[in-house]
This record gives sequence, structure tokens and C-alpha cells, in this order.
Amino acid sequence: MKFLSIVRRFAAFPMLAAITLVAAGCKSMIVFDPKGPVGSQQRDLIYFTVGLCLIVTVPVLLLMVWILWRFREKRSSEAPYQPEWSHSTKLEIIWWGVPVVLILVLAVVTGRYTHELDPAKPLRSDVRPVTVQVASLDWKWLFQYPDQGIATVNYLVIPEKTPIRFELTSDGPMNSFWVPQLGGMVYTMSGMATTLHLQADEPGSYMGTGANFTGREFAKMAFTTEAVKRADFDKWVADAKASGNALTEDSYRQLARPGTSGQLTFASISPGLFHKIVHEYSMSRGAPAGIGRKAITLSGGLATEHTEGGQLAPDSEPSVHAGHHGHMIHGSDSAQDQRK
Amino acid sequence: MLDKLINFASWFFVTGDPLIYGADVAIVVTVIAIVFALTYFKKWGWLWREWLTTVDHKRVGIMYIVSALLMLFRGGFDALMLRTQLSFPDMKFLSPEHYNQVFTTHGVIMILFMAMPLMFGLFNIAVPLQIGARDVAFPFLNALSFWLFFFGAMLFNMSFVIGGSADAGWLSYPPLSEMTGSPGVGEDFYIWGVQISGIGSLMTGINFIATIVKMRAPGMSWSRMPMFTWSVLASCIAIIAAFPVLTVTLALLFVDRYLGAHIFTMDGGGNAMMYVNLIWMWGHPEVYIVVLPAFGVYSEVVATFSKKRLFGYASMVFAMMAISVVSYYTWLHHFFTMGSGANVNTFFAISTMIISIPTGVKIFNWLFTMYRGRLSFPTPMLWTIAFIPCFVIGGMTGVMLSVAPADFQFHNSYFLIAHFHQVLIGGAVFGYFAGLFYWWPKIFGFKLNETIGKWAFWVWNIGFYVCFMPQYVVGLDGMTRRISTYGWDKGWWGLNFASTVGGFLMGIGFLFLVWQIAHSIKFMEMDTTGDPWGGRTLEWSIPSPAPLYNFATTPIVTDRDEWWEEKQRMAAGKAEKKRQELSPIHMPKNSAIPFLQAICWFTAGFGLVFHWLWIAIPGFLGVAATLLAHSFNYDTDYYISVDEIKRREAAARRTV
Repeated sequence: MKFLSIVRRFAAFPMLAAITLVAAGCKSMIVFDPKGPVGSQQRDLIYFTVGLCLIVTVPVLLLMVWILWRFREKRSSEAPYQPEWSHSTKLEIIWWGVPVVLILVLAVVTGRYTHELDPAKPLRSDVRPVTVQVASLDWKWLFQYPDQGIATVNYLVIPEKTPIRFELTSDGPMNSFWVPQLGGMVYTMSGMATTLHLQADEPGSYMGTGANFTGREFAKMAFTTEAVKRADFDKWVADAKASGNALTEDSYRQLARPGTSGQLTFASISPGLFHKIVHEYSMSRGAPAGIGRKAITLSGGLATEHTEGGQLAPDSEPSVHAGHHGHMIHGSDSAQDQRK
Repeated sequence: MLDKLINFASWFFVTGDPLIYGADVAIVVTVIAIVFALTYFKKWGWLWREWLTTVDHKRVGIMYIVSALLMLFRGGFDALMLRTQLSFPDMKFLSPEHYNQVFTTHGVIMILFMAMPLMFGLFNIAVPLQIGARDVAFPFLNALSFWLFFFGAMLFNMSFVIGGSADAGWLSYPPLSEMTGSPGVGEDFYIWGVQISGIGSLMTGINFIATIVKMRAPGMSWSRMPMFTWSVLASCIAIIAAFPVLTVTLALLFVDRYLGAHIFTMDGGGNAMMYVNLIWMWGHPEVYIVVLPAFGVYSEVVATFSKKRLFGYASMVFAMMAISVVSYYTWLHHFFTMGSGANVNTFFAISTMIISIPTGVKIFNWLFTMYRGRLSFPTPMLWTIAFIPCFVIGGMTGVMLSVAPADFQFHNSYFLIAHFHQVLIGGAVFGYFAGLFYWWPKIFGFKLNETIGKWAFWVWNIGFYVCFMPQYVVGLDGMTRRISTYGWDKGWWGLNFASTVGGFLMGIGFLFLVWQIAHSIKFMEMDTTGDPWGGRTLEWSIPSPAPLYNFATTPIVTDRDEWWEEKQRMAAGKAEKKRQELSPIHMPKNSAIPFLQAICWFTAGFGLVFHWLWIAIPGFLGVAATLLAHSFNYDTDYYISVDEIKRREAAARRTV
């Protein structure tokens, strides 16, 4: 029964997949364990989509197994054989029609939810939103609280049951701001500010991460999001304000240099810093051009460079050969220096 | 002097990594071995006459396939390095810089230098034979396309020992890929490697459209065209619409990098979003370009091994054409999270979902081709059947991703990685394997060992599910793509480890494939019938391997499954169809120009990568010179005499 075993093994494919998923599912996946209204709606939408898809996929897989079994070649097969049969309008109508109807349903639901869950749309709530201005730097996250006048690096504290309005930008390559348990991600891009509204329904510590590749230390762009009770939030803000560290334009430039960072807290922020970061890029400060300049190779720069694990960038000026970006942005003359 | 030389060498070559030194040694040893062998066996003339200057579509096809399998090895080796680095938390196997280069080259090689040439190889082998043609419409252009691909791929590949590889992802998003983010030569290697091979791809698209439109045998109306040929047509239409976009986009990125323009920079009003839009206007059709021909292969294989006509021919053609057109209107689903606004996202979400309808219909048609057939399961059929559940699951996760608000939770996570590997491997690569095993006897004249082939199939498939199913889960657990390492605290270890095990199983599957080919070459079981599978279309009506001129007399087509019907007629004792009288066959002459011109392109690209205009300018002049030389060359064809045809046919039939 060679063919029998073949058919059986084919049936094992989806089984294998299912077993892997179920076994792994014992540990809950954080996208399916949302702690806020946005994440919850997105999870429900995912469940709905899966359910709708299963209406087609399960019968298809069962049908396949049955056909493979029934019409396999063997000596005394009673299964009908119609080598010329190649068209049936009735069947075609069914398998064009059913997917069309299902996709129509899904399209309507998607259209509704795309507007409902538009990240730029404020959440419905009686509580006044808290604004957090997010800037992805190389390779760390800067969070500014303009209303509270404080800032943090690589950790976020937010009050529970309060809508948070995130304004996102980037001082460097394009990244993406993602706290899976609160809701989906939005890109951070230099020269513009995107908006994302999220809310945490209960206190807890939620993982946050950068989701769009930005170069060498991209893997280090994780942050924690602490959702706390309102009183605790106010206390934390007061503590932060008392901590004494100021985020001036100078200390920002230091911070923005390529390198990783631990968690930092700033007691005050330079006014309008976020908008400066956004608008900095509307002007040209001389882009470096390759023509007429010695090409930079891996051996010439990157290979000899070492990572500054866990620390801010070193004080020394990056060398001309240093492969990472940033040094051309912050030094106004560096582009000229490059043209040796 | 010596100091200068050492300085230059340590700047020019990639240094400081024992893996790279190992590769250097391997490359030098291999080159010496090849040169030695060619000289010792006096094969230089053979290499030049039979391969480097050939314009025969079958030879070009073989060169595509061999290159693609080599690239599969390199891309697969990259994949295993990535998986090793991710097998444990805080792993120190690859440094972040190295990891970034490896995932970039893995992506570029697998899509552009593995999937595309493997697909073009099958185009070249099968299309002219299926439509009863003597060659493609433009044999010279065909050879040029191949050499452009080959030297583009070489330019990209050499970056890992010279200068350093690209490390900004396979689509090289600015601002990271701009001078500010990637000052090294890696990005320029990427730009010129992809650019040169991309020009070749565009010309292949044009060539095969012309071939299919103009070169079909008499009687082969549109509705009698084999389904693989239809799929090639659909794919080529997408190629000529999409590849110019790639060329322009890369050219603009190069202008930014080389001349200091501000098109996609962070600085001076540049806008990276524009690049992301443009690159996906090519990139999304590109994934359908590679998967449509696989759909064509499945259609041929299913009908052959079910001994039954393909079900719903018209519906299949319509579905494929619909996919090829609609695929041009879905690009934005690769970045729903860019903040385009709800109306824009809704449009692209729905256009994406719509593609799942014709795709789903095709699955039903394949299933009903098998329904009331007589199924046998040699390797081409096994890969085809394995494709169905794989693509059903991959298609389902694709629909999940198309729901814009839900995509905000999937985007750039391992869920996405698992999805596109599932549809690209389970959709495209399985199809190419099926096609390769299916047409192998026609290409080389001998059969592949089925037992080892089945081992390769099972190991590869089990490895596939073990590798990619855990990635869906770990993606939903918040693991994002392209991170070079993760901590124990994340709880992603078990799933990543399983995935690595699966990756290595696929590697073992690949070794089985190599063993299968080597074993079959050694024991060379000849296909003496020309029709080892009980085929249905014209390519099975001629001897294996196909003669130089393919068809001694041009066949006259009266049915969709022409060869199957002819066999039915003969079995019923009816007379063989009347053939045309033999007459001299008009053939294209070999030409060295495609090979030389591609070298000139390579030189020009190499010069621009290193900012050496004194190399680049002569390179471009060489391109112009070879173009002119070809324009004034009138000695491009010859005739094969009737006697010669008779002699060759007799030789081929003797083995029948």
C-alpha cells in the first residue's frame, strides 16, 4: 500500500503545522493578549479573518486528501476516470462565487475597521489624553512628555485608562514604533511626524520594540512600557522633574550620536526640541557625494570599529572612515571633510 | 611600493574575518582547478563555441539553471548562518554588521539571482518547445539577457570578498541606504549588480512576449496554447510593466549617492517615502512575476500525472491574467503602517484581497483536474501536491496580512517572514523544482533518480514546516525581522531553535538534491522515448534531448493537448498526422557579442562602485562599441541542409 502511505503522509502536513502551533500556543502570544482597546479590536479582527478564511481552506484541504486517495492509480480502481472532462459551468460559478462573497464581506469589515482603527484618530474617552513625542535615534528611543516637561530614553511610563497620543518622528533612518500589547505599529520617519493613539487598560509592563531595520545596533532598540495608576504616574513625573538632568540641545546632540544607550531620565526638555528634530531635515546641509572621493570599503572602516555596548556614543569624533551614519548629519562641515 | 600595495589590498579586500579568508582560499582553489581542467582537457575551445557564444535557447536555459542552483547554494548558506545566529539568545556567531550583510545578500540572491534565473531557465527550456518554435524570437537578445544576469550576479556576489556587501536590507530603503547611512561600497555593488541583471530581465520579458505572440506553430490559436506558456506570457507582461520602475528607482538612488542629489535623502527636502513606493511598485509585481510561471508548471504537471485534461482552461487563463494586472495595484500593502490614511489603506487592502480570488480559483481547478483522473506520484507531482497545502496556508496568512488594521500588528514581524517564505518557497520554488524534474529528461536526455529525489522531497518539506511554522508564532509574540540577536527574557528561544533545526533539515534536503543529480549523471539512465511521463504537449513529441533545431518539420496544431491527442489517434490505429516536407532550417549563428558586452557592463558597474571613472568610462564605451558592432554585423544566420537534418534525425531516432 505504497500510495496509501503517500496520501497519509500528505495528510500529515497540515497536522504537523497544527501541532507546532498548538504546542507553541501553550505560551500565550502577546498579540493575542492585548491590554488596550486598540490591540483588542485588532485581535478580534484577526480572529474574524481567520474564521472567514477557514470556511474555504478547511474544505479545500479535506477535498485534496480525499481526491488524492480516491483517484490514485491502482490496478483495479473502481473510481471513475474521465480523461476528457474539463469544464463545468456550475462548479466554476461555485468556486468563483464563494470567494467573491467572502472577500466582499471581508472588504466591508476591513473598510470599516481601517477607518475605526485609523492610528491618527483620537480614541473615544472622557480622560484628557497624554501626549508623548517619540523620536527614534541611532540606536535608542527618546520619549518626550511636552505637557509634563520631562523626557526618557528607552523606557516609557504611561497612566492607565488614559488615551496616549504618540507623535512619531526619526532622527536617522526610518524605524517603526511597536508596543504589541497596546496595539499596532506606525513608522517613524525623518522630516515628518506621524501620529498613533494607544491606551493601556490595566497596569503592567509591556514590551516595546523598533520594527523597521535601521542598521548596526537595530537589535538593541527595545524599550519597556510601564502602564501605572494615575497617582503613580503623577508621582513618577514629580520624581523625574526632581532628578536634575536636563535635555538641552547640546545633550540632545550627544544623545543622537550613533550608539546604544541604557534607560535615562531627563528633568526638563529644551522647548520645541521635537519640532526642531522634525524640521531640521527641510534644509540641506550638503549631502556627501561619491564622485571624486575615495570609496569606503568594509576593511577601511566598519571592520575595525567596535560597538559601544550599553553606552552612549564615545566623545571622540567619528573618524572619516567610520562607516556608521550620523557624523555627516551633526557636523555641518563634515561633508566637506569627506571630500579629501 | 610594497607598502602601497599592501595598503591598497587591505582596503580593497574584505579582511578580518576567518570565514572570509576561508572563502577567499576556496575561490582561488576553485578558479585554479577550473582553469587547469579546461587547459588539461583542451576544453577552452569547447567552452567558447558551445557555451559562451551560444544563442541556442536550450543551452542558455541550462546556463540559467546551473547558475541558479549555485546561487541557491550561496543564498541557502547565508540562510543557515542567519539561523545559526538566531538559534540561541545572545549568540555571538555573527557580529551585527556581518549579520546585516548576510540577511541582505540572502534576500537579494534568493529573489533576484536564484528565483529569477531558475524561472528564466524554465522559460528557455520549455516555451519554444511547447509552442513548436525553432528558438525564441530574438536569440541574440536572449544570450545577452543571460550574460547581463550572470555578470550582474557576479558583481553583486564579489562584494563579500571585495569591498564589503550591502547591509541595508534586500530592498535597500533609504535613508539607511544613502551615503549618510551606508557610506561603504556595498550599496553601490547592490545598485549595479541589480541594475545590470535587471536590464537583462526586462529584455527577457520582451523576448518571450514576442516569442509567444509571433512564433507559435500553425494552428496553435490562443485557446490552444499550453498553460505554462500562458503563465510565461502573464509573467512577462508584468515584467515589462514593472522592471523599468526598478531601473529608474535604482538610478535615482545612485544619483543621490554618487552625485549628492536629494531625491530620497533625509536632508534637503528629500523624501524616502517616494523610494518605498517606487521600489514596491516593482517589488510587488515581482513576487507575482516569480510565482505565475510556477502556477504554469503545476498546471502542466497536474494534467500529465492525472492523465486528464486541465480543468477550467479558460478560467485558469483569466485568473492568471487578472493576477498579472491586479498585482500592479497592491504595492502599498507593504507599508500600511506609513500613515497614509484610512482611505488609501482601504483601497490597497481590498485590491490585495481581490488577488486571493483568482488564486483560490486556480487551486480548485487543479484539484478538479485530479478529480476523476488517474493519479501517479513521481517527484514532479509530489512537489506539486506539496505546494497545495503550503500555498493554502500561505494564502490564508496573506489574506490576514491584507486586512490593514490587523497588519499593524503583523508588519515587519516574523509572522510576515513566515508568510512570504511560505508563498515564495511553497509557491515559486516548489514549482520550479517540479518543472526542473519534469523537463529534466527533455533538457539532458537522461532521467533523475526517483528514490533519492523522494528523499530530497520529504526531508525538504518536513524541514520547511519545522522551520517556518514556529516563525508565525514567534512573530505574534513580538519578534521583529532583521534583529541580529535577542535576550533570554523575551521567551523566543524554543521556537527559534526549532526553526533553526528546520532550516538545517532544508539544507540536508538540498544535499539530497545535489546527490540525486550527481548519482543520475553517474548512472545516466537515458530517456529513449522522448516522452518519459506520458506528456500532453509538443515538447514530448520530439527526441530527448531536443535536437539543435527542435522540430525537423514545424508541427501543425489541431488540439490544446496536441501530443496527447496524436497518441490517442495512433493508439486507435489511425494514421499518423501528415508532416510537412523537410526543408532547410534557418538558424541563428553564435555570437561573442552578448558575452563581451556583459563584461563591459560589469566593468562599468565595477568602476562606478569604486568611484573609478577611468574604469567606468571605458566600460560604457565598450558597451557602445559592442552595440555598434552588432548593428553592422550582417552575418548572423545560416541554414541546416535537408541532408544534415535527415542525418541528425536518424541518429536521434536510432535510440528510439
